[in-house]
Amino acid sequence: MLDLAFIWAMLLAVAILVYVILDGFDLGVGILFPFLNKGKERDVAMSSIAPVWDGNETWLVLGGGGLFAAFPLAYAVLMPAFYTPIIIMLLGLIFRGVAFEFRWRDPAHQKAWDYSFALGSVGAALCQGIILGAFIQGIAVEDRAYAGGWFDWITPFSLVTGVALVIGYALLGACWLILKSEDGLQDKVYRFALPLALGMLLFIAAVSLWTPMLSEEISGRWFRWPNIAILWPVPVLVAGLGLLLLWSIRTRREKLPFPLALGLFLLSYIGLGISLYPYVVPRQITLWEAAADHSSLAFMLAGAVILLPLILAYTGYAYWVFRGKASEEDHY
Amino acid sequence: MTELFDATMLARVQFAFTVAFHIVFPAFTIGLASYLAVLEGLWLYTGRDAYIRLFRYWMKIFAVVFGMGVVSGIVMSYQFGTNWSVFSDKAGSVIGPLLGYEVLSAFFLEAGFLGIMLFGMNRVGKKLHFTATLVVAAGTLFSAFWILSVNSWMQTPTGYALNEAGQYIPADWFEIVFNPSFPYRLVHMVLAAYLTTAFVVGAVGAWHLLKDKTRETPKIMLSMAMWMAVIVAPLQILAGDMHGLNTLEHQPAKVAAMEGHFESYDGAPLILFGWPDMEEEETKYAVEIPKLGSMILTHDWDGHIKGLKEWAPEDRPFVPIVFWSFRVMVGLGFLMAFTGLVGLVLRLRGKLYDCPLFHRLAVLMGPTGFICVLAGWIVTEVGRQPWTIYGLLRTGDSVSPVDLPAVSTSLAQFAVVYFIVFGFGVYYLFRMFAKLPKGDEPQPVDRSPIRAAGTTPAMAVNPDAMIKDKKPEGGK
Repeated sequence: MLDLAFIWAMLLAVAILVYVILDGFDLGVGILFPFLNKGKERDVAMSSIAPVWDGNETWLVLGGGGLFAAFPLAYAVLMPAFYTPIIIMLLGLIFRGVAFEFRWRDPAHQKAWDYSFALGSVGAALCQGIILGAFIQGIAVEDRAYAGGWFDWITPFSLVTGVALVIGYALLGACWLILKSEDGLQDKVYRFALPLALGMLLFIAAVSLWTPMLSEEISGRWFRWPNIAILWPVPVLVAGLGLLLLWSIRTRREKLPFPLALGLFLLSYIGLGISLYPYVVPRQITLWEAAADHSSLAFMLAGAVILLPLILAYTGYAYWVFRGKASEEDHY
Repeated sequence: MTELFDATMLARVQFAFTVAFHIVFPAFTIGLASYLAVLEGLWLYTGRDAYIRLFRYWMKIFAVVFGMGVVSGIVMSYQFGTNWSVFSDKAGSVIGPLLGYEVLSAFFLEAGFLGIMLFGMNRVGKKLHFTATLVVAAGTLFSAFWILSVNSWMQTPTGYALNEAGQYIPADWFEIVFNPSFPYRLVHMVLAAYLTTAFVVGAVGAWHLLKDKTRETPKIMLSMAMWMAVIVAPLQILAGDMHGLNTLEHQPAKVAAMEGHFESYDGAPLILFGWPDMEEEETKYAVEIPKLGSMILTHDWDGHIKGLKEWAPEDRPFVPIVFWSFRVMVGLGFLMAFTGLVGLVLRLRGKLYDCPLFHRLAVLMGPTGFICVLAGWIVTEVGRQPWTIYGLLRTGDSVSPVDLPAVSTSLAQFAVVYFIVFGFGVYYLFRMFAKLPKGDEPQPVDRSPIRAAGTTPAMAVNPDAMIKDKKPEGGK
């Protein structure tokens, strides 16, 4: 029999990665928004993400809904554990989501909605990073329920991952804008991208060194023989990609920084996966323990096998329709 | 009632609050998406310019409403876990996949083609653009399909089994998806969404006609809206009746609360108004019509109707809310059918665009769809209590192990943010309603004081303000 729980864990991991990458760059544009000039710069930046942000954010709903559907126990344990940062993230997403429309509908208060867009984006990114950090650290579980306190999620480590994700998203946003903009705005985001790339590499190093110190299980996985012989390319690849990224920004190869930054996210994500597998609640609940009934997983998989390729196809088509440089005229 | 404000109660209030805000937006976008598809189709078919102007006008409104629906909807997908984690653990295997299908078959579809619909007219050509509009409309309907299947399963659970961990697991997916109350609820809700949208469109058209009878697009809005009203409102009354009979079969306690029946009867009266007193177990000051209740519910003057006393007090829903919400919904529903009928009579006499009194009625009826949707939602959800999964899992046993301060803080945050953000959203919607579709505004030459002195001077659009409003939108 197929190991459906494993397949769903992989599918969900991919869905979350797609979310991080896609909403990452449009949240990143939001994080950079206050540093763009009012008028043309902000309008172009907004137009570059307006046709796609909604689809990007749907991957978050798939992440939440998929966790609920495939691993209800993990969903039931994790959501109360991260109650406060999740609520703040949701409120942040509300403030930024409505700004896409409201800023055009109310020119007198456009500045206020631009800040709502920026602060909402920063808040959502920060909370996602904090949730990630708290998740890696592990949470208290007793009797199929969360058993920790209401502020367990605030730790030095989770704050570092929070800031790291804000910087990472800002980098993705800057690289996206390099791709989609010209002239003055592009010059500006090139200047942002360099320190952001350096910052991101610094934080990747810090989190990578810190994570194995959190638990013997994680450090054993990375440093014990023979794993270390198999896994050593991961950090080396990160370093290589990082150097390429810095070079591509310095030499202004406009098509390169975005895919390279995505590559860094992908490698970091794989690294995380190596540290955490096979847990859906780290070191407490494995994916098999949390999995929904076999019939539920099979029922959903039938749909996912047909619908996910379709989704990827028409999402790709939508991106293709809006290919090329964005312009501030691109509003209906 | 000392435990009125315990964490469970606050979690319920939070869910009710966030879902009530949310449901208003999809109810509008389900109808609007179909309306947009019709408008664009008519434009492609007839080539008449007014249709594309109307399409652009309502598309902008759709974008604002849809945005608010998306962000308030993301909240819902996490509410299950944050506040109702025990329910999520127990019911996840059954309803999780249905929600998963909603995301996969509806949300991605809407979101993927929305961008093309909003921004892509000049990039993909007319036919592909129309396809995108149709796909968005289909996506909204798929979404309604799945979410109402979930809700209906919680009302009338079938096709499940219980495993050793105490979780409900699927036994028969067909029975789960097409559970007994689902077809009725789906039809009732989709018709409600169409009616809601029709009355908003009609109100906007009527409001502009009150100011200026000569404009083309407001006439089309009112005419299309009143066709919908006269056809769909009676259908909705029929669908509502069938939904009620289905509820009587599966959730008789809910119907008893809707009717205000505490006693069981052979030949129950229809209580029109009254005050259901749960302590005294009777509906006081009742104005009633003998035997009509049994006639409506059982199609027999002496049909047997169970009263609430057949259930233990802890198994009864909170009657006054169910009782009164039901009356609000039904009363406004009949008023909608009446409006549609008057519209038809006026149309047959050739007076539809020429009757200010009727136009005022149509303006007043504008928000009634939303009120009905909320009232109906309250009837069905409060009427389900004290259960989250009817007859299986109590609300009090579904809640997360959350602290009172955590729930009350987040509830306060939601309340403040929702009222600010969606308050602005509604305000922007009204500002958009107040404008005529582009290309249909009065030309500068006929902006004379005589014509501008409309029937509602206080609300009349100041031409200078319109110019001012237009400027920042230039090029958009």
